Amino acid sequence: MKMICYILTLLICVDSFGANVLCVGKSKQFISITAAICSAKDGDTVIVYPGHYYEKNLIVNKKIYLKGIGYPVLDGQKKYEVVSVKANAVVVDGFKIIHSGVSSIEDLGGIKIYDSRDVVIKNNILEDTFFGIYTQYGKNCTIQNNELHANNLEEQQSGNGIHCWKSDSMKIIGNTITGHRDGIYFEFVTNSIIWRNTSFKNIRYGLHFMFSNNDAYIANLFTANGAGVAVMFSHGVKMYSNTFQENWGDASYGLLLKEISDSYIEGNVFNKNTSGIYMEGASRLLVKKNSFENNGWGMKIQASCMEIEVGNNNFIGNTFDVSTNGSLVLNTFNNNYWDKYDGYDLNKDRVGDIPYHPVSMYSMIVEKYPTAMILFRSFITALLDKTEKLIPSITPEGLKDNKPQMKRKF
Amino acid sequence: MLFYTLFLLVTTFSVFSLDENPAKGLLSMLNIILLIVPLVSIMFSTIYLYNSAEFIELLVSQPLKRKTIWLSLFIGLSASFSFSLLIGIGLPIIIFQPNAIGAMLIGIGIILSNVFIAIAMLSSVKTRDKAKGIGFAILVWLYFTILFDGLVLFFLFQFADYPLDKIMIIISSFNPIDLSRILILLQLDVSAMMGYTGAIFKDFFGTSSGMIISFSILMFWVFFPVFFSIRNFNKKDL
Amino acid sequence: MIIASNVTKKFGKLTALNNVSLTCNRGECIALVGPNGSGKTTIIKSILGMVVPDSGFITFNGNNILHDWHYRNHIGYMPQIGRYPDNMTIGDVIEMMKDIRSDAISLDDDLIVSFGIPDLYNKRMRTLSGGTRQKVSACLAFLFNPSVLILDEPTAGLDPVSSEIFKEKIISEKNKGKLILITSHVLSELDELVTQLVYMQDGQLLFHKTIDQLCFDTGEKKLTKAVASVMGQSKITSFGL
Repeated sequence: MKMICYILTLLICVDSFGANVLCVGKSKQFISITAAICSAKDGDTVIVYPGHYYEKNLIVNKKIYLKGIGYPVLDGQKKYEVVSVKANAVVVDGFKIIHSGVSSIEDLGGIKIYDSRDVVIKNNILEDTFFGIYTQYGKNCTIQNNELHANNLEEQQSGNGIHCWKSDSMKIIGNTITGHRDGIYFEFVTNSIIWRNTSFKNIRYGLHFMFSNNDAYIANLFTANGAGVAVMFSHGVKMYSNTFQENWGDASYGLLLKEISDSYIEGNVFNKNTSGIYMEGASRLLVKKNSFENNGWGMKIQASCMEIEVGNNNFIGNTFDVSTNGSLVLNTFNNNYWDKYDGYDLNKDRVGDIPYHPVSMYSMIVEKYPTAMILFRSFITALLDKTEKLIPSITPEGLKDNKPQMKRKF
Repeated sequence: MLFYTLFLLVTTFSVFSLDENPAKGLLSMLNIILLIVPLVSIMFSTIYLYNSAEFIELLVSQPLKRKTIWLSLFIGLSASFSFSLLIGIGLPIIIFQPNAIGAMLIGIGIILSNVFIAIAMLSSVKTRDKAKGIGFAILVWLYFTILFDGLVLFFLFQFADYPLDKIMIIISSFNPIDLSRILILLQLDVSAMMGYTGAIFKDFFGTSSGMIISFSILMFWVFFPVFFSIRNFNKKDL
Repeated sequence: MIIASNVTKKFGKLTALNNVSLTCNRGECIALVGPNGSGKTTIIKSILGMVVPDSGFITFNGNNILHDWHYRNHIGYMPQIGRYPDNMTIGDVIEMMKDIRSDAISLDDDLIVSFGIPDLYNKRMRTLSGGTRQKVSACLAFLFNPSVLILDEPTAGLDPVSSEIFKEKIISEKNKGKLILITSHVLSELDELVTQLVYMQDGQLLFHKTIDQLCFDTGEKKLTKAVASVMGQSKITSFGL
């Protein structure tokens, strides 16, 4: 058995294409990864066998494929940045990275990409890292199938899971992030995609987007994050088929939009959030084919929003479907299904014959006087809402769905 | 009484079976418990007490303690209402919603019935005239379902600049219906109540000590009127 | 046996009883007469503890009745209008009463038998006529063999036959040495029954005399006439003549 192992190792370590394979392990060629990288040249592969490695700050400054077998542990001893990638087209694959240093001056990461392109970080497990995977000035990097798990309780003590800064064409795919400050953080990142990630129970946001234009995030799952998902100061953002759920709390939103323009929100599910979508200063958004179910507020649209088109959505089981804080409405609602609609459809075209006003008087009152929440579902508020329906006075007359659907759409 | 039980049974069953969404059914149940149950309890009890005035008179002429007579009346009314509620609302809830919310609904329903029976006893011992007494009962019901909340709303508008959340908790305990509503809602509509104020309410009503306090206040709403009605009945000329 | 001393009761502005003192003893059969609103029912209710006097006190066998309810074990009361829970049967009501007064030593069901009540045991109270209810009230008053009987307008709804049975029962109870208090408008009915007469007017007790004394005073032989003459006199006195 031992013989076979040696033969296999020899076979792997012999390079047939000119690039070398360097093996790191207890009884291997190299005992430390640093030493292996030192001897490697561009294009080499470094294979790391299981073990606990204390490499302090492992700097990868050559274009190498760093491959872990059986999740070798890289331990930062709570002092160092564990892996620093400072070359293009580096691949880091299959490591378990634990205990990065925590600093309030530097952003120490589990894996940090400096100024490089075409880097691939995949199949790693990161535990108890300050920042998880950090990219600055990265281009066309792929971060895929990593698991990031931190268990910090305080926002100040914790960094973001996947943090990208001033990067372009990033691909963030299939990662699972929990326990960090923000699950995924984008600042000045353009033309990137965030796809099929799961971000849950992070201290602040599941996904935090700032000044990042023309990005798409698709089919992600954001569950029970401290404040949900925030997308701010960006344009050209495409949000498709994501699920936002169980974001409870005072300042918690399924999706918080601030100063967003020319973006698409399509096919998402908002379930059991305090507010499904909260938007402020947003313009030219297309919100369609989403499901808003069992939220406190389906959508909160502040009066500072304009040209928001809300169409073909389902609003089901929300306490308040839509609320707003002003009387001027520059947004349109059409063809949505509202489970609270009690109109009729005489000509059987599946479109209600009278418009639906999704903003109730009581929701306006609560918006102004939050304490009025104590009268929630009392007889008097029902009475107020009914009166308001007959003689609208406070609720914005323009905010209505002229074509409310009789049946839910999907 | 049988009619009341049947009424509750039929409405509850229809509410649950007509709505495909059981959560919506629960909301309709909430309205039944917060509006119909107090109304029927206070009206029926008041009318019953006035109608049996002569019988009560006869009982008083018998070798019985007045306190015993009055308490027996209360227990009789309370038992029959609680039983009606258990059958009328409890049965469908056991079938459709056998969970904590269902149990809460039944419990609150029973306590509210007793509160309003107690108030009916107090008001009927205070006024001798049947028409006056029934009118007063309707007024009490109106006050607790609408007027009180209207006043609260007015109060909120007037003092919007002050932090009212804590005061609101105290104020809500002045109205058994409000208190019941909040207790049920915290089980039911968590999302909206979890807003900023919701969080404060949740901090109070959601904790076990808060629950115990609010339930004690509800019980107080039963005992207080019964106690005073006994005191009045002991001195009353029949 | 029953002594009322200076009892005064006001209902708002109306003085129902004005300083009334009354002594009733064993073996007496006292008729309480007087015009409507003279305070007859109020004095009865005071004795029963249903009305609490504003001042003065009432004793029963030497004990103040205030805050004590046990003395009512010795009283059988027949109200003017007997109302019982509608959906109870006569049997239920009688059983319930027996339940309430479970410490009564001996039961006296003479009236129940002679009124033929057992045949009606399964009838519900709401289906009964006023007369039958009156019979039930009478039965209940006598059932527990009390030493004092208080009868408020007892014969008002009874047919002549029942009325006769009832009167005989009263006489036999009187002869057993019980105290009987009766209010009635129909004086002729009281003729053979009563030994004493209390006349009340405007909350005041005008006089309390034995029948013999009364007949002697007025020179009349019949109670009816005697009372009528008294009433005539009292009208004259009340007009100040």
